[in-house]
Amino acid sequence: MDSSERLKNSLKQIRHLTIVIVVFFMAMAAVLLYIMIDPSLSSFKSNKNEITVSDYEVVSEMDETDYDKIENGIHVRTGFVDSDGLMLVVNNCTNCHSAKLVTQNRMSKERWLATIRWMQETQNLWDLGKNEEIIVNYLATNYAPSKKGRRQNLTDIEWYELEE
Amino acid sequence: MQRRKFLKKGSLLTLATALGTEIVFGKNIREGYQLLGLQDPDPFKLFQKDPQMVVLNDKPWNMEAQAHLLDDKVTPNRFMFIRNNGKIPANIDAANWKITFDGESLATKKTYSLKELKSKFKQYTYQLTLECGGNGRSEFNPPAKGNQWTVGAVSCATWTGVRLKDVLEDIGHKKDAVYIGYHAADTHLSGDPSKEPISRGVPMAKALQDETLLAFKMNGEDIPLAHGYPLRLIAGGWPASASGKWLNGISIRNKIHDGTKMTGSAYRVPCEAVAPGEKVKDEDMCIIESMPVKSLITYPKSGAVLKNKNSLTIRGHAWAGELQVKTMEYSIDFGSSWQTCRLEAPKNRLAWQHFSATISFPKKGYYEVWARATDSNNLKQPMILPGWNPKGYLNNACHRIAVKVS
Repeated sequence: MDSSERLKNSLKQIRHLTIVIVVFFMAMAAVLLYIMIDPSLSSFKSNKNEITVSDYEVVSEMDETDYDKIENGIHVRTGFVDSDGLMLVVNNCTNCHSAKLVTQNRMSKERWLATIRWMQETQNLWDLGKNEEIIVNYLATNYAPSKKGRRQNLTDIEWYELEE
Repeated sequence: MQRRKFLKKGSLLTLATALGTEIVFGKNIREGYQLLGLQDPDPFKLFQKDPQMVVLNDKPWNMEAQAHLLDDKVTPNRFMFIRNNGKIPANIDAANWKITFDGESLATKKTYSLKELKSKFKQYTYQLTLECGGNGRSEFNPPAKGNQWTVGAVSCATWTGVRLKDVLEDIGHKKDAVYIGYHAADTHLSGDPSKEPISRGVPMAKALQDETLLAFKMNGEDIPLAHGYPLRLIAGGWPASASGKWLNGISIRNKIHDGTKMTGSAYRVPCEAVAPGEKVKDEDMCIIESMPVKSLITYPKSGAVLKNKNSLTIRGHAWAGELQVKTMEYSIDFGSSWQTCRLEAPKNRLAWQHFSATISFPKKGYYEVWARATDSNNLKQPMILPGWNPKGYLNNACHRIAVKVS
C-alpha cells in the first residue's frame, strides 16, 4: 500500500465520519425543534377523539393574521376608528371593559381625561404615562360630542307596510 | 382534590345554565378547556334573547329591547333588558345558596339557605316594573357618560318570592335601622376580589313594602342567569339597580348604605335643577328613589305605512314609579291637541298599565304619534328632554313613532 493509497483511505474515513456526525446533529436538531413546537408530543398519542387545549390554541393562532384587521377605517375586532393612537387605545382600554363602552360615548378632551382619572381612582386603571396624551387625543378627536338640542328628529326609520 | 372536584361540578352547572342545556359528557372536559359554545359567546343564545335585542356592551353584558319588542303584557325573558355592572358569577350552586343578614342595626348575623327562605316564609307573586335609571340616556345634550340606552331598558315580568319584610321581622332588627344594602356574587371587571361591582339598597320604608321581594322565580320559572339566578332582591318602581341580582347578603344599616354606586354621582341627580352641562358637586347630588311617569307605544313598530286606510289602533304600557298612571293621551299633531287613550288598572301596585287608542288620520301624509302619561300627582311626561343631569338619568320624555298614510 503506497502512501497515496493510505491518504485516500484516511480521507474516505474522515468523510464518512463527518457525514455520520452531521446526520446525527441534524437528527438531534429535528427532535429538539419538534419538542419546542409540540412539547406534549401530542401527535404520537393515539387517542385523537378528545379535544385538547393545544388543539384550541392552534385554532386561535391561525386567526392571528386577521387579529388586527382594519376594514373601512374600522378596527374590526373592537369597532374602534382607525386613527393615530388606535393600538394604544385597544391595549389600554379594553382589558377590563368592552370597546363598546368607549365607542358609544361622546366626550370632550377634558371629560375623557376626567373619565380616565375616575377609572384610575376607583376601577384599578393603571398610570398611562406618556401614552395618556395620545389616548386622550384619539378619544377627543374620534369620539367628540355633537350638539343634539333638546329633542332630535326621528331618524333611521325603517318604513314597512302595516297589514292588519 | 375534594374541593377541586366540587368546584368542577359547580362550574359545570353554571356552564350548563349559561348554555341553557345539559353538557352531555361534561365530566370528560379537560381542565382549562373552553367549550366551543362559550368561546365566542353568542349573547342571544347564551341568554336566550331575541335577535332583535340590541347589545350595548359585552363586558359587562348590557342589552336593551326596542319599543315594539315590549308589546307583551308580561315581559318574557327574551325581551328583557340586561344591565350588568360586573361579571356574572362563575360558580353558582343554587342547591347550597345562602343569604347572610348583617349590619350595624342587627345584634347578630343571621344566615338563611335558599331552601329555608322557600319553606319558612309565605310566597307572593307580583308583576313589577323594573326600569334602568339611565333608560333614555342617549338623548341627553351634552351627552352623559355610560351605556347609551334608548327606550328599551324597562321590563315588567312577574316575580315570585318571599317578602323582605317577613324575613326582617323574623330576624328582628334594632330601631335605628334606616337603610338596607345588598351584596351579591357577581365579580368586579378588574378582577379585584376586594371590589364589589355594585352594592346598592333602599330606605327601610321601601324595604318593608309588601311588593319588595327576595325573589327566586321570574314568570313562574327559575330566574334566568343574566337576571340574578338563583336569588334577586326586587324593589319595583325604583331604578332597577336597587334590585340586586345574585343576592347573597343584606346589610341592615343605621345610616344610608354606602356601597358601590350608592355614593358620588352614581344613580343620583342634582338636588336642585342645573343648566345643561353645569358641573355639580357630589354633595349636591341626591339619590334617585321612585322613577318618573313614563310610557311606551309598543304597537305598531315605528315606520308603519298605512295603505288605503286612515285608521290605526295603537297600544302600549305606562308606569309611574311608586305612583299610578291616571291618564294616558296621544297626539298626532306634535302636541297641539291631545286625545285620551283607554287605560287599564295595574295588575297590582308597581305594575305597568296597558293603554290603547284608535286613531283616525285626517289626510295622507307623514305623522308622528306621541304618547303622554300623567301620574296620580298630576305630573305629565315632557315632550322635550326633562332637566339635564350629569349622569343622564330619568329621561321620561314622550315616546313617539313615525306613521305614513298613503
